[in-house]
Amino acid sequence: MLLMDKEPGFVPMRERGEPKDGAGKPAGKAPAIADAAETDRIAPETVGDITSKNAVIKVRGGNVHYGDTHALRNISLDVGRNEVVALIGPSGCGKSTFIRCLNRMNDTIESARVTGDFRLDGTDIYARDTDVVLLRARVGMVFQKPNPFPKSIYENVAYGPRIHGLASNRAELDDIVYGSLERAGLVNEVKDRLDEPGTGLSGGQQQRLCIARTIAVNPEVILMDEPCSALDPIATARIEDLIDELSQQYAIAIVTHSMQQAARVSNRTAYFHLGRLVEVGPTDKIFTNPSHKLTEDYVTGRFG
Amino acid sequence: MAMLTPAETRRRVDASLRRRYRSEWLFRLYGLVSVLLGVGFLLVLFATIIGNGYGAFRQVFIQLEVQFDPAVLDPEGTRQQDTLASADYSQLVKTSLRTLFPDAEDRTSRRELNALVSSGGAFNLQKMLLADPTLLGQTRDVWLPADDEVNVFVKGRGPAAGAGSGDEAQRLSDRQIAWIQTLESSGKLEQRFNTIFFTAGDSREPELAGIWGATKGSFFMLFVTLFLAFPLGVAAAIYLEEFASRNWLVDVIEVNINNLAAVPSIVFGLLGLAVFINFFGMPRSAPLVGGLVLTLMTLPVIIIASRAAIKSVPPSVREAALGVGASPMQMVFHHVLPLALPGMMTGAIIGMARALGESAPLLMIGMVAFVVEPPGGPMSPSTALPVQIYLWADSPERAFVERTSAAIMVLLAFLLVMNAAAVWLRSRFERRW
Repeated sequence: MLLMDKEPGFVPMRERGEPKDGAGKPAGKAPAIADAAETDRIAPETVGDITSKNAVIKVRGGNVHYGDTHALRNISLDVGRNEVVALIGPSGCGKSTFIRCLNRMNDTIESARVTGDFRLDGTDIYARDTDVVLLRARVGMVFQKPNPFPKSIYENVAYGPRIHGLASNRAELDDIVYGSLERAGLVNEVKDRLDEPGTGLSGGQQQRLCIARTIAVNPEVILMDEPCSALDPIATARIEDLIDELSQQYAIAIVTHSMQQAARVSNRTAYFHLGRLVEVGPTDKIFTNPSHKLTEDYVTGRFG
Repeated sequence: MAMLTPAETRRRVDASLRRRYRSEWLFRLYGLVSVLLGVGFLLVLFATIIGNGYGAFRQVFIQLEVQFDPAVLDPEGTRQQDTLASADYSQLVKTSLRTLFPDAEDRTSRRELNALVSSGGAFNLQKMLLADPTLLGQTRDVWLPADDEVNVFVKGRGPAAGAGSGDEAQRLSDRQIAWIQTLESSGKLEQRFNTIFFTAGDSREPELAGIWGATKGSFFMLFVTLFLAFPLGVAAAIYLEEFASRNWLVDVIEVNINNLAAVPSIVFGLLGLAVFINFFGMPRSAPLVGGLVLTLMTLPVIIIASRAAIKSVPPSVREAALGVGASPMQMVFHHVLPLALPGMMTGAIIGMARALGESAPLLMIGMVAFVVEPPGGPMSPSTALPVQIYLWADSPERAFVERTSAAIMVLLAFLLVMNAAAVWLRSRFERRW
């Protein structure tokens, strides 16, 4: 298993040593049954319904190149309101690359080149006049490793609303902070120590703090990049409950390596393989009755 | 390949173990010896400097009964400030010495007698009288600094050494030594804390020379350097690390910054001479120009240290900030900079400490001049501490030997304080994540 590996050709932010999700292993090819050319042959286009009734995010023909590496090949997928879409697939298949396109975090990687039509509520994410700061306020992100700011718990949550000017006074800001912590299920654990550093919490609490920080900005979409991969099963269960609750309000795209987690939290599941979106469908169908051979091999544990 | 038996494996590991332990023991020994050698040399250095220099913190004073004689100071009785200021106060000292030792009758012995008291004694008397004109006509007991040779004699003579022994005695005549002993036995000669050393500017007379002028010059220079080099260096580092795109121009700039850090400092002095003094017409010997030159010298050091500090901030913090919608500048100023600041400040202080100890570029821009008056501002002529040390080390008077070492002690004390501040800042502001 190469669960922690990077997408092929992933270039860390400006050669800043450790790439974004920590593992220092070289980009490995999954021991897949198909190489890229074969994937092109046997999975030339996505099987299943890529559309969503209440689509917030609409992607058509999305391609990403990292230098010479073609990391995402012609992806089309919708993410709808009140919907959790799980992105699964072996390491290096482009899941993380895909969600990082949706809030333009790939902009920080100099060699990354994104083409295709990415839309948030009808507006082009990659249009020249799209403001990245506003985009990231509307599309929040939770990262693989909990990364609270080295500031107090209160400041962690208050930071986003403050820079975006969401609160006009201290009382409103307090409301946002308490509300966000409450929805992240953290308020009872931290309400007496809001001025202690966020980095002093346990891993699971830190990740919920990061979720509180994200929802404090009141986004429309939340992207989660393997949010539980650094957590123990109990913390994972809490986060999964939280995702369930959040899906009442937000569109959520979650990358996960745990098929059980995908099955538990998501409404739809998308299976990626070597940069291609092989199959999309309702989660129970993907796990019980997948249409494509590659999907079946993966979800039944034949490789990956 | 044949499998080794467990016993054979154990035997081979055992044999290699002994070799490994021996080489580890040897390596530790080398390390220990090097550390001890280093510490030993440092101790020798400190012992020499302190041994040579501690004497400079004491100064020999002679008590004289001085009559502020109106006939000498103000023969026409005008009581004008000008007349009093330009009067011949050394005459008062001479008269007072002669009443103390009436046995000095011929010219030679009188000159020898007068040589006991520093020529600066007259200035003390002048200052006293100008501060309080009612002293005119009165008689006061005044402690005046002794001449540098008297200093060397009194401090250098061990308790057991008698008059006329050793080469100390050759500088003073037997008569002078007898007078000194008379003064000592009557309690009119004593050693006191040397305030002159810390409050005066340079002087040709060792007993009147101090480091205050050089210290002030050094401080003015460091202020100029700090206020130019730190903001410029940090801004350059932030731009290069966070905003500049990778292209050949940035690569060229990076390579050149690294090269500049290795350029000999005297080259910066030549540059300062050509640009600041010859081209821009700034004054010679001014701490402002010195500060500018040291800024050029320190800038690469600060840029390199600041970039290392910025690089050490984990990328996850940047992603977190960008992820909630911080603009790149907000990311830098709210998150990256606070985390990188301790490292930046440490680098800046180390750079400043290097600038404080630098003398070669200052020689080029004329800060090696003989400056008596402590500078009033960054534009007035001045020297710096390391240059003052160089000047004194070059002087022929023996009394400058201990002053040179004392000035080195002061410089080292400043450097220690700065390095301690760097350590303190790092431990105080370093945050963990």
